[in-house]
Amino acid sequence: MRGYAGKFLEVDLSTEKMKDVNFDEAILRQYIGGRGLATRILWDRLGDHWEKVDPLGPENILLLFTGPLTGFFPGAKLCVSGKSPQSNGIVGSTVAGEFPVEIKCSGYDGLIVTGKASHPVYVSVTDSKAEIRDASHIWGKEAKETLKILTEEGRRELRERNPRYGEWKEPAAIYIGPAGENKVRVSAVTAKWTHGAGYGGYGAVMGSKNLKAVIAKGTGPLPEVADLEKVSTLIDEISRIYYRADEWRRWGTGAAGYDVGARLSSEPVKNWQDEWHDEKSFGVDKFEERVWIKRYWGDFGCPTTCLKIAMPKAGPFKGAITDNPDYENQAYVGTNLGLFTPEENVYLMALLDDLGLCGIQGGNVLGFAGELFQRGILTKGDLDGIELKWGDAEAFASLALMIARREGIGDVLAEGTYRAALKIGEIKKMDLLPYAVVEKGIAIGAHGIRSGEDYTAEAGLMSFACSVQGGDHTSIAYLPLTHGNSELNVILHDSGVYCWFNVMEDEALDLIWDFFEAVTGWRIGPEEWYETTARRILHLQRAALLLGGPDLRWDPKVHDDNPPRFYEPLPSGPYAGKTTDRAKFEEYKKEYYEAVGWDERGRPKSEELKRLGLKDLDRKLRNALR
Amino acid sequence: MSQKKPVWIARDYTRCSGCRKCEIACSLFHEKRIWPEASRIRVFMLVPGAEVPHFCAQCHDYPCIESCPVEALSVSEETEAVLVDKEKCTGCALCIDACPGKIPHLHPTENYALICDLCGGDPQCARVCGEGRWNALWVAKKPKSHSYRLYAKRPEEVTRELVINLYGEKGKGMI
Repeated sequence: MRGYAGKFLEVDLSTEKMKDVNFDEAILRQYIGGRGLATRILWDRLGDHWEKVDPLGPENILLLFTGPLTGFFPGAKLCVSGKSPQSNGIVGSTVAGEFPVEIKCSGYDGLIVTGKASHPVYVSVTDSKAEIRDASHIWGKEAKETLKILTEEGRRELRERNPRYGEWKEPAAIYIGPAGENKVRVSAVTAKWTHGAGYGGYGAVMGSKNLKAVIAKGTGPLPEVADLEKVSTLIDEISRIYYRADEWRRWGTGAAGYDVGARLSSEPVKNWQDEWHDEKSFGVDKFEERVWIKRYWGDFGCPTTCLKIAMPKAGPFKGAITDNPDYENQAYVGTNLGLFTPEENVYLMALLDDLGLCGIQGGNVLGFAGELFQRGILTKGDLDGIELKWGDAEAFASLALMIARREGIGDVLAEGTYRAALKIGEIKKMDLLPYAVVEKGIAIGAHGIRSGEDYTAEAGLMSFACSVQGGDHTSIAYLPLTHGNSELNVILHDSGVYCWFNVMEDEALDLIWDFFEAVTGWRIGPEEWYETTARRILHLQRAALLLGGPDLRWDPKVHDDNPPRFYEPLPSGPYAGKTTDRAKFEEYKKEYYEAVGWDERGRPKSEELKRLGLKDLDRKLRNALR
Repeated sequence: MSQKKPVWIARDYTRCSGCRKCEIACSLFHEKRIWPEASRIRVFMLVPGAEVPHFCAQCHDYPCIESCPVEALSVSEETEAVLVDKEKCTGCALCIDACPGKIPHLHPTENYALICDLCGGDPQCARVCGEGRWNALWVAKKPKSHSYRLYAKRPEEVTRELVINLYGEKGKGMI
């Protein structure tokens, strides 16, 4: 097999036993790697009693997977998966960095982590050797300190192992902050201080397993490919496309911070009470001019380097460090909380990074709490004295700390917006779900559909409602299914495991089948992908989402819908008064079900599952979802 | 007769994006694989944001060559790069000790030292860094000066200075 290291490392944290696991070529061709293969493994191992598996219990399985294209396709990523403590389904959540490359160079395609350690540990992988190590000295540490200690320890250990080698380059690491340790459902798996796999809540899964970090150093090459010359040429071709993509390079997604709010009117403002603002103080130019201290920052092989490092050099928030922030975090940790200056945005995002909270999920729950305070539902007393006013960065920072530590009301908000809405609603005897802007337990990315101008709305209003990854703005339901934004294409990228941004341009996407063939030797091609391979993965994810449990389950009739707020009229801006047309949404939903082979109840059809060789899934669904 | 064409790879650490395309280009050229640890240029990230491409600075007095007990190292007549004779090199690592920046390292699977050979005069790392317009690395005329030895520093040394440049007071204690 080409493009693969050829084996996976399975670590059982309960017994402290490790073994190599192999998958045969037929399985890999069908499920590729990353999100696809993770889905298959989760189904094989947990599918028969999925509803009973507690995502934060020892039975859940954490998957840290690369894909065949990782390291080859420009812009390396890692795919993190497992049963999601947000949706109770399966999410393929990606994070950029060198960790996946180090894993592949150490001879593994990924890690399968089971069980629960008796005390805090981290796992170290070096050239096909792995160890479970005590992590009590880093447990409780925030992100920057954690990475510093892991870097020092990792290098020291490599030096001791082979002092003659020369300078040892640091091992790469993924890790969690205090939020993950405390099983906060809106926590991320973090890399390089600021990068996070946040969708899905896998930071909490690591925390539930007492797993603080995984570090990796591989001294070997990336695996052999089918056609090296072709791979090399394709790397150059893709890179040249992005060398010319000046807005992406210069501003990253940050250009949207003003644009999406002012022009498209689809940016969350004050917990989505509005989606429009004309606050030019929040333009990316202000970030660039005032707070960016590094203009081009990227991960392994990336031609775009859309990341930037930000640090205010003056004022009350001097010295706070984060990246850009990217558009999502500008929105969720900015406008969504009524914050409209780069300095406040950087300050709060840096804190979320350090605590290991996801900017999107964390920003969503902070905004939810902000609205409850605005409406007098949560009082200063409920919030341990915090006056949670829109635009008060310090107040939101105090609440973020309470969430990460699960203190006071933070313990409830740590469950994520949906669960918190149910719980606080129960206490206050009110229906708080109208203020929860989430889709199946997962906060909606910072892209509203009401104005009809956002890319998520082009898809036809069912983009989040019918996605198998809930609110994930990178993986939306989209028609036609072959379109670059379609979930079926995202499954390809999340399974080959590389950065989706470097394949967003049509001329890059056109080269993707050639890239897969040059690396793996398999001509997958659009027909095989859209008709069979991607469908299998989609249906498995859909089934896991519908089975859900143990605490929440989703009924398509009720929950394949937009959050209530998306049916309120936009209060201001160029699209004031506009809202989601429910009749049209129902039409699009029906059309989407039909296109992907789901019946009118939103379940994958029996004949579709049989056609794809998924009879066991069909049986399970028919028994479980009568 | 080959023409003498000394080249030097200039560097600006503050412009390094950490994309590691230099490692990819170098290992593809020398090893016909993507192999970050076998790259003659390696990007250290001891602190995020302060990436340091670490590779030969071509000291005027070549202390590595002086240190080699088996005469495996020589200076290229064409480019003035340090050339490693894989057959002669025993992997004793004395050249690494002799280098003020501890820049050479051993090949991960073979028994010889890896030192930048300037790809015979057309360094692939500088090519790709220039194509991407990061310009952290570029080919320069080799100066008739001893100053380029200032670049023969250990990654920690460079990082310690870069983090202050980048993060100011906050940089203290980051490494």
